[in-house]
Amino acid sequence: MDFRKGIQKRKRLDKLFTLVGLLATLVGVITLMALMIDLAWDGTARLNWNFFTAFPSRFPDKAGILSAWVGTTVIMIVTALAAVPMGVAAGIYLEEYAPKNTLTTLIEINIANLAGVPSIVYGLMALGLFVYKMNLGTSVITAGLTLALLILPIVIMATREAIRTIPSSIREAAFAVGATKWQLIRHHILPYSAGGILTGVIIGLSRAIGESAPLITIGALTFIAFLPTSPLTGTFPYISFEWLKSPYTALPIQAFNWVSRPQKAFHLNAAAAGLTLMGMTLAMNGVAIWIRYRFRKRIKW
Amino acid sequence: MKNKFKVFSQLFQQKASTPPPVNGDRRVPLPPLPRRRGPGPLQRWRERGIHVTLFLAAASSIAVTLGIVGILGYESLAFFREVSLWDFLTDPQWTPLFDDAHYGIMSLVAGTATVAAVALSLALPVGTITAIYLSEYAPHKVREIVKPFLELLTAVPTVVFGYFALLFVTPLLRHFIPSLPGFNMLSAGLVIGVMIIPYVSSLSEDAMRAVPMHLREASYSMGATRFQTSVRVVFPAALSGVASAYVLGFSRAIGETMVVAIAAGLQPNLTLNPLEPASTITAYIVQVSLGDLPHGSLSYQTIFAAGLTLMLMTLVFNIGGHLLRKQFREKY
Repeated sequence: MDFRKGIQKRKRLDKLFTLVGLLATLVGVITLMALMIDLAWDGTARLNWNFFTAFPSRFPDKAGILSAWVGTTVIMIVTALAAVPMGVAAGIYLEEYAPKNTLTTLIEINIANLAGVPSIVYGLMALGLFVYKMNLGTSVITAGLTLALLILPIVIMATREAIRTIPSSIREAAFAVGATKWQLIRHHILPYSAGGILTGVIIGLSRAIGESAPLITIGALTFIAFLPTSPLTGTFPYISFEWLKSPYTALPIQAFNWVSRPQKAFHLNAAAAGLTLMGMTLAMNGVAIWIRYRFRKRIKW
Repeated sequence: MKNKFKVFSQLFQQKASTPPPVNGDRRVPLPPLPRRRGPGPLQRWRERGIHVTLFLAAASSIAVTLGIVGILGYESLAFFREVSLWDFLTDPQWTPLFDDAHYGIMSLVAGTATVAAVALSLALPVGTITAIYLSEYAPHKVREIVKPFLELLTAVPTVVFGYFALLFVTPLLRHFIPSLPGFNMLSAGLVIGVMIIPYVSSLSEDAMRAVPMHLREASYSMGATRFQTSVRVVFPAALSGVASAYVLGFSRAIGETMVVAIAAGLQPNLTLNPLEPASTITAYIVQVSLGDLPHGSLSYQTIFAAGLTLMLMTLVFNIGGHLLRKQFREKY
């Protein structure tokens, strides 16, 4: 009789856990919903054309995010240009070339550890190294490089994962017809893993786009009422890299600036900026999911 | 190299000229094989160059680490030449920007620890239960819907979480705790907790799914319920993976910056009471960076000393997690 009671009790416990598990799972989902609704509630009223085309201002209802979203865009360009070649190259090396030795193990452990380093520490490193030792100042290039280093582990891991799914028969086939290692990588490995790499890069960039702590640490300004100089000029050589050296602000920094002011009207601006930022991040994540889906469907080994 | 290929090609030609046993007496000589060549010298140099370039890219990650450790160490050393380590560890006040400067890191560490404790006491149980639910209980459909949502949580910019903590969670908490100040560690900690749930749950779930099926089957065949199997068989078997999820969650919790900078207040406060406002290490670094920072001054060096403390805290937990994983690693 006791035995049966025990079973009953355990079965009840099992049912109870189904409920508890569902509730726990919903904690995250519900918070996300609450966050989005709260943000939309406060922010949508400010989302109009003027908000995107105006510079920040002392008057909350005239202030806009022009310099912020332009700054975010140019920083992301620098970040992508720096992080993608380096990350992909490192990933290819570790998957295709690296011998099994202490140095390789060291590099692997190191990359895993870098992924866990708080982002603000990257900011401190950049402040000491890029701003003062290399004299790059508080510029777009410093910000871009800092965020690039921050997302480097993400890009490397995504590259490795994408390469690992390619079956070794492809490699054997390429070598069998006399391809060199680089030809194999150039013509087979890279095209087949492009989807996975691209997904990783976009996820990394969508993480970088929301980072503000490292940028504040390297001294990003919160009030900028001008745009970086144009990369195209009217005179020879038509291309200018001055914009790399210009000061900047970015969306998360602008949002932080507004939310830390006491006036309620600025909070609405912060919500609108946050909403814009969320929109950009979600769009990027959506693209990443779409790419992952498309490539998975297209390639069948 | 070249000789070797010549030998090979001769070998091929010899073989080709040996008579194939076809059609009785009609022996058709095969056409000579094309001369085989390896990669030319130019190509070989290119291959080597590419190899070296790729290696440098991989090794640059070590340069990043060295850069971090080097800069933090270098600037902190300058700081500790001015301030004794003893003061740094025992002074109850942290007021480096005042005329009467005190450099007691403990008040920042206390804030960091309190926020992290609040965050982890939410994220670890909820994350673990979520992982068990998703890996052992949830029907396929639920998992497919819930997982992307949880992944979205990691994509939300931290500034937005800060906004949410200050302007939604704190007012909400005030309904229950009317005496709660506008800046407090509780709401910052709770929001950080929600933020790191996906880190904990997704890594833990991966670990639990990696537990081989036969362990579960054995448990069920003994008449265990799903709950008993999950808690007594799957969870312990996945413990090493779960431990690394916890360590990652911890690193995120103490390293998180914007939420605390926005919602916890920026007053260094030697307290472990989450209902009070306080500053954390990261919030302090942000606060100083927002002002004008004279390069080389003592206040400039304080943020590196604070950053070094943060790194050491992460490091200690990483090593602890590593030892834990070693202890609990199960071989199937």
